[in-house]
Amino acid sequence: MKKIGRKRFRGGLGQLTIPIIAIAILAVFNLIRDPGFFEIGIAHNSDGNAVLSGNIISIINGASELAILAIGMTLVTAACGGQDISVGAAAAIAGSVFVKVLKSVPTVNGGTVLFAFVFACVVAMLFGAFNGILVAVFRIQPMIATLILYTCGRSIAYWINGGATPTIASPILSAIGGFIPGIPLPTPVIIVVAMAILFKLLFHFTSLELFTQSVGINGAAARLNGINPTLIKLLSFVLLGVCVSVSGCIGVSRLGLINHETLLLDIEMDTILAVAIGGNSLGGGRFKIGGSILGAYVIQTLTITLYAMKVSSTNVKAYKAVVIVLLVVMGSPVVKKRFSSFITRLSENRRKGLAKGAEE
Amino acid sequence: MQEECLLTMRGIDKRFPGVLALNGVDFTLRSGEIHALMGENGAGKSTLIKVLTGVYQMDGGEIRLGGEKIVIRSPEDAQNNGISTVYQEITLCPNLTVSENMFIGRKSGLLIRHKDRERRADEILRRLGIPARSTQLLGNCSLAVQQMVAIARAVDMQCKVLILDEPTSSLDDNEVQMLFKLMRDLRGQGVGIIFVTHFLEQVYEVSDRITVLRNGELVGEYLTEELPQVQLVSKMIGKELEELSSLGDSEDGKIMEQEVFYEAKGLSSTEAMPFDFTIRKGEVNGFTGLLGSGRSESVRAIFGADKVNGGTVTIKGKPVKISRPVDAMKHGIGYLAEDRKRDGIIADLSVRENIILALQVMDGIFKPIRRSESEAFADEYIKALNIKTASRETPVGSLSGGNQQKVILARWLLTHPEYLILDEPTRGIDVGTKLEIQKLVRKLSEEGMSVTFISSEVEEMLRTCSRLIVMRDRHIVGELTGNDLNQTQVMKTIAGGEA
Repeated sequence: MKKIGRKRFRGGLGQLTIPIIAIAILAVFNLIRDPGFFEIGIAHNSDGNAVLSGNIISIINGASELAILAIGMTLVTAACGGQDISVGAAAAIAGSVFVKVLKSVPTVNGGTVLFAFVFACVVAMLFGAFNGILVAVFRIQPMIATLILYTCGRSIAYWINGGATPTIASPILSAIGGFIPGIPLPTPVIIVVAMAILFKLLFHFTSLELFTQSVGINGAAARLNGINPTLIKLLSFVLLGVCVSVSGCIGVSRLGLINHETLLLDIEMDTILAVAIGGNSLGGGRFKIGGSILGAYVIQTLTITLYAMKVSSTNVKAYKAVVIVLLVVMGSPVVKKRFSSFITRLSENRRKGLAKGAEE
Repeated sequence: MQEECLLTMRGIDKRFPGVLALNGVDFTLRSGEIHALMGENGAGKSTLIKVLTGVYQMDGGEIRLGGEKIVIRSPEDAQNNGISTVYQEITLCPNLTVSENMFIGRKSGLLIRHKDRERRADEILRRLGIPARSTQLLGNCSLAVQQMVAIARAVDMQCKVLILDEPTSSLDDNEVQMLFKLMRDLRGQGVGIIFVTHFLEQVYEVSDRITVLRNGELVGEYLTEELPQVQLVSKMIGKELEELSSLGDSEDGKIMEQEVFYEAKGLSSTEAMPFDFTIRKGEVNGFTGLLGSGRSESVRAIFGADKVNGGTVTIKGKPVKISRPVDAMKHGIGYLAEDRKRDGIIADLSVRENIILALQVMDGIFKPIRRSESEAFADEYIKALNIKTASRETPVGSLSGGNQQKVILARWLLTHPEYLILDEPTRGIDVGTKLEIQKLVRKLSEEGMSVTFISSEVEEMLRTCSRLIVMRDRHIVGELTGNDLNQTQVMKTIAGGEA
């Protein structure tokens, strides 16, 4: 066949177009509404540190847990073609374990916090493995399989600390949930960057990305090429477990207490949404971690914008829904296809116009 | 045969990203004729059909039906204009009855009178001589009957143009004859039939006229009786055919002196009955037998694709255990699966990623192939196997069938296997690519690779293999070498005559 024109399909929409457009629109909207929306100021917190403040900071700070969960959810989605709805409950368990361990050690210092985190991480990975086994070995649909932990997870979290909501005050925890002295950027934001780099490195130094995508697109063919689909799916849930424990511990550190009922409540649906807004197919296969992280920031920008517009918290969800419908429709295959062919037609007309001009 | 032009397509253009799939193609269909549309994979047959049925929108040209210009924007438009298609894969619902399938999705009042429909359906089935009852579940009918029901549905929708896309690829000889009878009956009723197939014999048996496409362009339109088969093939692949016969016999004797590469005794899996099997270095052998005779199941057991139950396996004299595909791969065995779509390609991944997949698995998850290296591998094999793709980053699912098959071949060749199992590597692909693959097999075996080749076409097996293992009802019933390697002897053994 003959090649025409460029190598790449110029009219095609990249995966990240929708979240980027969404953020841009929200930004322009906010600029018009309130030119001061994006002002970044310097404030002094209770410890007397100079820290950055402003809407942008609260957006990227507030979206941290969501962004980290979205990273893991992207992997599970890609490998299994389904989603884990137990991430909020599992984060409550991880957070409870984190507090429980810190309560049982004599002093809270750097070493014990690290130990408590590792402990919480292992527990979350085990619960991830439980979900993973149901999905990968017993081939239960991910949403059904994770429904179990979704239902009982917060009860388990309740048992861990004997029903109480213990508080735990420590400068180390407030540094994790707030600011490290001397650094003006909120620590959770730094943790998101670290997690993103960690996963980027994981994909760079292993072929996990290729294998996960292969399993998600065509499990049978992947198996005949020597990939173990069961293992890959299981692994995706275990990695999500790591993300769950990190967000759980951030959540606990922000408040200095564990409330098993409210910690990261309802975050699972926002996580799935972040993956979808990021342009990843919820049916599995090809994925981009960066898309999901951007998706998380889109959701948070939307929430903060609405709050800034003095929309009451009861009404916020309804307004959010309207915007999200628009985003999802914009990202749908039908609209993308229409848009691509529109772009192609435009560029063709231009080329014809140019050719005509050249003839004359 | 009437000479009235039923459908004319003039100067049809269709562009895909980076590729001109149809370039000013003309096609004419007269009423009451069976018109074969021929060409290699990627020649533009499917694209032309899809333009005609409204799946794709053409970028240029015009379509006239009965002299009037028509615009086809969707499959519904095509149907309303009396253009119906029966695809290779049956697209009806097996869990509904025959009559429900015939009337499903068609405009009717809210109230459906089942009895009326069934009577109407039975009448049509009888008129067309289709051996099915309207109340039968479609899934209980044979594939051929299901295909015929699909045709009956099309006919009842007053179709003037009937497109049959590879209708015979999953039918046996008797069923093909039934289908041909139906096609001839419809021709008698003035329907124009476009027949797309890879089986040359069938074209000569049933069609009146042949249009040949190559590389998205029209080669020509011919009366079937005036175009000898050899010429048809050379028009399709665009070169003379002396190469086809130059695939001569190799020196069979030398093979027997080579060391045994793989030997299995009493190997069995969940799908395969116990069997013995050996292959020597540089040997090309094959499993033959009817569909369902256990050929594929046997090679799957060798590769560890199904759960292996028993038997002993030695490779180069050393006992080994192969229970999963990855074990086989580590021992230098590659396996190109029978069902390309289901077990072969990872459709959304790029050509490059598909090519490096097996090598990456063998290297292990902790040793990713560098991007630049993988690009070099992909480029090398795209060139070596002449894979037609817009770029190495094109999703493999958008390639034509033959090129997808080459990508999977490349994937295995890249692992440098010592023993390659090819299960139906030439199914559903065009003559040119078939020939390339056969030549490749010969070349590889000369370089010392052992190859097991499976094909439904006995002729192809005879040309490629030096030893044939014949299977019937999941058991090996004979082994043919030397002078026994001829069509008659193979048929006799398959059928169970004296071997």
